[in-house]
Amino acid sequence: MSAASDVGYHAQRQARWHYGEVAFWLVVLACGFVFPSRYLIMTDILRLALFAMSLDLILGYAGIVSLGHAAFFGVGAYAAGLLALHGIVNEPVLALVVAGLAAMVLGFATSFLVIRGVDLTRLMVTLGIALLLEALAERFSNITGGTDGLQGIEMQPILGAIPFDMFGKAGFFYSLTVLFLLFLFARRVVHSPFGLSLRAIKNNPLRAAAIGIPVNRRLIAIYTLAAFYAGIAGALFTQTTAIASLDVFAFERSADLMLVLVIGGTGYLYGGLIGAVIFRMLQELFSTITPQYWQFWIGLVLVVIVLVGRQRLHRWVLYVPNLVIKQVAGRKAVVAVPESDA
Amino acid sequence: MTIALETQNLEKQFGGLRVTRDLSLKIEQGARHALIGPNGAGKTTVINQLTGVLKPNSGRILLEGQDITDLPVHKRVLRGLSRTFQINQLYPDLTPLETIGLAVSERLGHGGDWWRRMGTRSDVNGEIADLLSRFHLLDVMNEQTVTLPYGKQRLLEIAVAIAAKPRVLLLDEPAAGVPESERHDILAVVGSLPRDVTVLLIEHDMDLVFSFADRISVLVSGALLTEGPPEQVARDPQVKAVYLGEEAVNV
Repeated sequence: MSAASDVGYHAQRQARWHYGEVAFWLVVLACGFVFPSRYLIMTDILRLALFAMSLDLILGYAGIVSLGHAAFFGVGAYAAGLLALHGIVNEPVLALVVAGLAAMVLGFATSFLVIRGVDLTRLMVTLGIALLLEALAERFSNITGGTDGLQGIEMQPILGAIPFDMFGKAGFFYSLTVLFLLFLFARRVVHSPFGLSLRAIKNNPLRAAAIGIPVNRRLIAIYTLAAFYAGIAGALFTQTTAIASLDVFAFERSADLMLVLVIGGTGYLYGGLIGAVIFRMLQELFSTITPQYWQFWIGLVLVVIVLVGRQRLHRWVLYVPNLVIKQVAGRKAVVAVPESDA
Repeated sequence: MTIALETQNLEKQFGGLRVTRDLSLKIEQGARHALIGPNGAGKTTVINQLTGVLKPNSGRILLEGQDITDLPVHKRVLRGLSRTFQINQLYPDLTPLETIGLAVSERLGHGGDWWRRMGTRSDVNGEIADLLSRFHLLDVMNEQTVTLPYGKQRLLEIAVAIAAKPRVLLLDEPAAGVPESERHDILAVVGSLPRDVTVLLIEHDMDLVFSFADRISVLVSGALLTEGPPEQVARDPQVKAVYLGEEAVNV
């Protein structure tokens, strides 16, 4: 192999599909058939996963911290609600895209405020924007329904063919399809030169500019794209639950998202997905054990994760599976959750 | 002889402190020009103004006759002005392959590609392979930069600047902090830069300066003290005074 093709081979190393990834998505799909009574919570997890993937795009790749990502979720949610309520766009898929674009416009407009300044400024600016939108939604109650939220939303069948059912089956597979398509797109983007340049900016903005990367333009682009993703997540929320209320903008929603990424890890796209599953499961588990104080346990888990380190936890969790693989297949351990890798 | 890089009456102040004083430099095309001076003379501040990290209070900077004083950093790079840093400025999580690949992609205008995968352009791959082998980085191309020995990181630092195919290259203390055993690689690489690349070298190491430069400017307290060919600068009593710390200059 010549040096150049060798380089090409290694440069694409991370972009190639791993067996673990294929297995991951097959398991997710299988869940839709194995747990027919759990569609509602599983749909909820998918939405959260998409929302977390959106934050991962800016936080894990470009290093932009945000405490107000719910702003875009909320705009997407209300946009989808209003489109359906007033019969402006009846077909859900088209409405989903329109709602995503609405959030994207907001993302583009606010990106100019976010790219300047350092982490603390960014936290405050993003937080401020989300609070601002929440207050606006409350003030203009003639449009948003105020504290009552949007009521009486009736969803038309998906693509005019598949109606939303009361068990949430259609909603689940609809959300899964949307999540998977947007995941494929994000996966493609992060392995492009553009995606790599984001990681370079996160690592060292000074050097990034010194090799000719237009830093601000790249940050604006990814922030806008992430807003689109968050808007889609919000729109899915409204479409699958037929409600949109003020809590779509809530601070807790943005903060939970950070927890999800702390649990799942950033910068490899699966962090948001894995984190969303674990976060919701923990929430369920703890709230059955102790309905009043489940947040105590979530907090404890969070502290442990941060102190012990995610990588070490992964190694512990994968210890037994790897042992089995070594014994049975007689080869080196292959199951591993890549950290900043993949 | 054409002038590759020029400053006209450059002036920079931090508060009341004048760190660059009325500095007019001319660097000829293809020159091996060294900028020397004692600690705190403002050498790196000059580099930062040339590359656009800092904005001068007044004065102009011309690259190949064109005014670049108001251009942002990345646009100067695309015009052919590239630099290395005194303290490595690399991407700790990225590999040398990715680091150089990115620099090459940006230069060829593919940096904004968001759909085509990294590593699928054969022209880019060829250049990456070429640079990796020239800078002895082929064997570590898939290692995370943060795990590389310092000498390799230093080579990568220079390789990244070269990947931008500069017509003018600013080297800020390229051998700083490199252990004796790995110094040779760095000096060989610096010595083998193509002659059509104009080099401005900032350096403390006088051996390196006098073996490399064909012209030397001496900066003291932000102002130009003297300028000339190495043998003339070496004899200059004022320069000796500055470097040896003698008090009386005009004996």
